[in-house]
Amino acid sequence: MSNKVLMKGNEAIAEAAIKAGCRHYFGYPITPQTEIAAYMAKRMPKIGGTFLQAESEVSAINMVYGVAGAGYRVMTSSSSPGISLKQEGISYIAGADLPALIVNVQRGGPGLGGIQPSQSDYFQATKGGGHGDYRLIVVAPASVQEMADLTIKSFDLSDKYRVPAMLLADGTLGQMMEPVSLPDIEVKEVEKPWAVRGTKGERKHNIVNSLYLNPEKLEQTNFERYERYAEIEKNEVMYEEFMMEDAQYCVVSFGIASRISKNAVVEARKQGIKVGLIRPITLWPFPKAVLKKAAETVKGFISVELSMGQMIEDVKLAIDCSRPVVLCNRTGGMIPSPEQVLESIKNMAKEVK
Amino acid sequence: MNAKPKRVTIFAGHYGSGKTNIAVNYAIRIKQNGYPVKIGDMDIVNPYFRTKDSAKELSEAGIELISPAFANSNVDLPALPQQLYALVWDKNYYAVLDVGGDDRGAYALGRYANFIKEENDYEMVFVVNFFRPLTPDVTSAIEVMREIEDACKIKFTAIVNNSNLGNLTKADDVLSTKAKADELSKKTGLPILFTSVSEEVGKQYTADDKFAMTLQKKYFDIKEI
Repeated sequence: MSNKVLMKGNEAIAEAAIKAGCRHYFGYPITPQTEIAAYMAKRMPKIGGTFLQAESEVSAINMVYGVAGAGYRVMTSSSSPGISLKQEGISYIAGADLPALIVNVQRGGPGLGGIQPSQSDYFQATKGGGHGDYRLIVVAPASVQEMADLTIKSFDLSDKYRVPAMLLADGTLGQMMEPVSLPDIEVKEVEKPWAVRGTKGERKHNIVNSLYLNPEKLEQTNFERYERYAEIEKNEVMYEEFMMEDAQYCVVSFGIASRISKNAVVEARKQGIKVGLIRPITLWPFPKAVLKKAAETVKGFISVELSMGQMIEDVKLAIDCSRPVVLCNRTGGMIPSPEQVLESIKNMAKEVK
Repeated sequence: MNAKPKRVTIFAGHYGSGKTNIAVNYAIRIKQNGYPVKIGDMDIVNPYFRTKDSAKELSEAGIELISPAFANSNVDLPALPQQLYALVWDKNYYAVLDVGGDDRGAYALGRYANFIKEENDYEMVFVVNFFRPLTPDVTSAIEVMREIEDACKIKFTAIVNNSNLGNLTKADDVLSTKAKADELSKKTGLPILFTSVSEEVGKQYTADDKFAMTLQKKYFDIKEI
């Protein structure tokens, strides 16, 4: 017997968002994340929430901006090309210091690309995407269960720091089905004295805005925001270490790539290679400290990615290029096999002594 | 499972309830039982998990697969091939139809409904997995059934209980849904055609007429660590 249900990753995100108290969803369909919108369309009317299929991604993200300004938990989701369209709105939300959750179920790019899974929006998610000095909290699940758990976590972090969060998944995680346990959580209402909900004539009105006519004020606002970012980097880094105790080589991978990589790590261990894996769960803040520490004993790193190599730059920065870092990748919707990762591990063990 | 099949067997149900997997296994089974079979992929909703994923196994079994030209490619095109009419019209073959999920997926079946009803030798099977979050009970399952019937203009004639939790399914999990399946059968007046289980679970599950499916296709299939 089990209290589990069998869900697609996309459905798990949607149901978890509802559990987290999100009652407002705005989106526009795009493969491979359309199940999120379809699920919300079925569920939201039954629980007094709002589901709205906007006329475009641009419009959906601005609806998110509006509800976030009113201080309610709100979410949108899309896949890579649609996320590109949302970037202006995301920058505005970041500039107005509002919490919101943006889900990107990545597919191959650039351009319209294809509908198969990818991790090639890493740069866009972690380095800005939109314009200006800002960060998103970027969280990368690796299972359908984590799609649910990290959705809830992302809402909490976003509220806590008034920083928009992005759940960075991929088409595989969105489409695959796994058993999930969705515990009933108690939604902690966060005080939002800044929210634009009407003054009832009892207080001075709040303003939600990202326009600053005075450059000194804009600089000061950016400084203050970066102090918050520093707090996030100090407190909220999440990662998983796998077989790292005595590791001489280290695979770094996130999301679906980490599941494939773990199989390769286990196989390499059987063949006598001391290799482990570090899986960043938060991509921003990136788990720099654990990688830097690993570099004290590890001889070389392998970044396994479904892209032409994006996270690899953060791996190199985290360890100050003190060890060789190589890339093992597929792109354009293709997925590396455990054998390909194993081959990469064996090559490194041969070449980096 | 070994009874003579109807000329046309249609598998419909909630999104992700397991229709494709059952349709493919069912087609292979009735072919093994000596009936000439063709299988048709009617899903115009979901570009993943296609009947075409099993193209190799179907071809090895000597079963013709009729699926949209762009299935399993990057072209997410909701169009059905004209060859699908052969399944409905060519009475030298037994036809297995794999319909898309929910009412949205079932609309495509509607265009063949008149021919199927006129011939009147069909089984319209409702596939249910009570572990799916939007069909956890009999009431919600019946709601989905009615939505599908309205969309495709064909009434269900039988039920398949495909309740499972993917790789983690235990025989007890399936057993725990038996009461719901029986109640669904009672409330709708439709017989349970079989309880479908994976080959592994089938070794432990003995409760009722079961269909142990040898073929298990998954979108992402990698060993769990």
